[in-house]
Amino acid sequence: MQTLTNRAKLVERKPLSFIERVYLWNILKGLIITFSHIFKKKPTIQYPEVKRTFSPVFRGLHVLNRDEEGRERCTACGLCAVACPAEAITMEAAERLPGEEHLYREEKYAARYEINMLRCIFCGLCEEACPKDAVYLSETFAGANFNRESFVYGKENLLIPNPKTDPEGYAKAKGN
Amino acid sequence: MYRTTDILTNTPNASLSEAGYMVINVGPQHPATHGVLHLVITLSGETIINVEPHLGYIHRSIEKMCESLTYRQFIYTTSRMDYLSSHINNHCCALSVEKGLQIEIPDRAKYIRIILDELTRLASHQLWWGAMAMDIGAITPFFYAFREREMINDIMEETCGARLTMNYMVPGGVMFDLHPNFQKKVKEFIAFFKSKINEYDEILTGNIIFQNRMKGVGIISKEDAISYGCTGPTARGSGVSCDVRKLYPYEIYNRIEFDEIINNGCDSFARYEVRMQEMKQSLKIIEQLIDNIPEGDFQAKTKTVLKLPKGEFYTRVETARGEFGVYIVSEGGTTPYRIKFRSPGFSNLSALNHMAKGNKIGDLVAIMGSIDLVIPDIDR
Repeated sequence: MQTLTNRAKLVERKPLSFIERVYLWNILKGLIITFSHIFKKKPTIQYPEVKRTFSPVFRGLHVLNRDEEGRERCTACGLCAVACPAEAITMEAAERLPGEEHLYREEKYAARYEINMLRCIFCGLCEEACPKDAVYLSETFAGANFNRESFVYGKENLLIPNPKTDPEGYAKAKGN
Repeated sequence: MYRTTDILTNTPNASLSEAGYMVINVGPQHPATHGVLHLVITLSGETIINVEPHLGYIHRSIEKMCESLTYRQFIYTTSRMDYLSSHINNHCCALSVEKGLQIEIPDRAKYIRIILDELTRLASHQLWWGAMAMDIGAITPFFYAFREREMINDIMEETCGARLTMNYMVPGGVMFDLHPNFQKKVKEFIAFFKSKINEYDEILTGNIIFQNRMKGVGIISKEDAISYGCTGPTARGSGVSCDVRKLYPYEIYNRIEFDEIINNGCDSFARYEVRMQEMKQSLKIIEQLIDNIPEGDFQAKTKTVLKLPKGEFYTRVETARGEFGVYIVSEGGTTPYRIKFRSPGFSNLSALNHMAKGNKIGDLVAIMGSIDLVIPDIDR
């Protein structure tokens, strides 16, 4: 067939040879291939015991970051909530009182910060939008629970452990 | 919307059972239907008289939802449509926004996009290969296909941050730069997959039992394929030249050397052969690009808030299933006024009745497998 534009490559069908038309040989050939796989390296990973490492860009559950002195970075500006396509983030801002400088980095902080993990689509736009590097997506991915309410993660679930009081937990959450 | 019981009792033709016909429902949770597809099949003995797909079980009103999302946000809903070629869907959306804003994206981003598109196409065809073989009764190919697909998923996870819904395309380029291991891993994959694709051919393509199941079923002629609006391998298996990458080249496809595969077989096996050859072409495209990724920016500078000028914009790309189009009507605001997605699966499914009529019921899964249906793509 002559094609109109000569852009396409025509693939024609070849007639089968005699050996290809024999059912028994084809069954045997299939069996040879499948049996040869017994002696090859297994591609499966024994999941709960063996875990793969993730790259730094992996988008898992969210973490609210602290700075080196253990102060919360989030200023409740609401840019992450605006950027979120799934409207999963809600927050309430509060003003820092005198004497709380060791808790919050700037004058304003998030009194309530909730991410609904059932709504979240893990696109990473909140991480892109955050001007303070306060929210980022970690490498934890399998959240499991018994009821819906526990999937609304509040600050107590999201905040990274304090590097001053719990350096081990902080290092573990940072992933190094 | 119909309920299953309504269809069974209130069939339009009440004399169906008198004529000896039987109406059966396949789905919406039948294991052979790849998801929540509901087929109402009229049978005469074993022969299919009519197949009527019923949609709506996984309708999420994505088009309406997009009207309230900004131009940065709406891209991510399309990953949930055709989840097997989510990268290419995102690509099309990004292209249409770039067309509206008239952004010129850097060369590096173009190369990255094309390589990842082709990897997605490979992963999609691998899953199709395994799932179709499993539909018609061969279990082993499913595991082989997933073994190779796992390598692509690993590459995607390392580079894009997720395995299935990658969300890597943004208007103006890609979200972040490539992982340092990317080139090495892709080359490893190509070398590995080249030996495996021969194994695919040996175990399935050349198998006479498989060929007898596929040849001569689900016949659709060239004229019918055009009139039903089929695209992608479904149409190319009937000899229609419809590859968007060749006909309306986007990004750098006009600079790449590859063949558009067509086959005049018109049956299920022709569509199978087209997809198998396409995998080899995808490998060829990746091989050409992987060593030549230019240095530079991976993202063009864009404003934080994107506002498309008033007007209408349409772009199309070639996904693993056919032509995917995004049509945006903009009123000049930050959100689109109307968005229409032209999904390949919907048009291809509409030809199912034509293909299946007159065949035996056992061949229906072979025909459906050869169309490569993804239900969230059909019903969005």
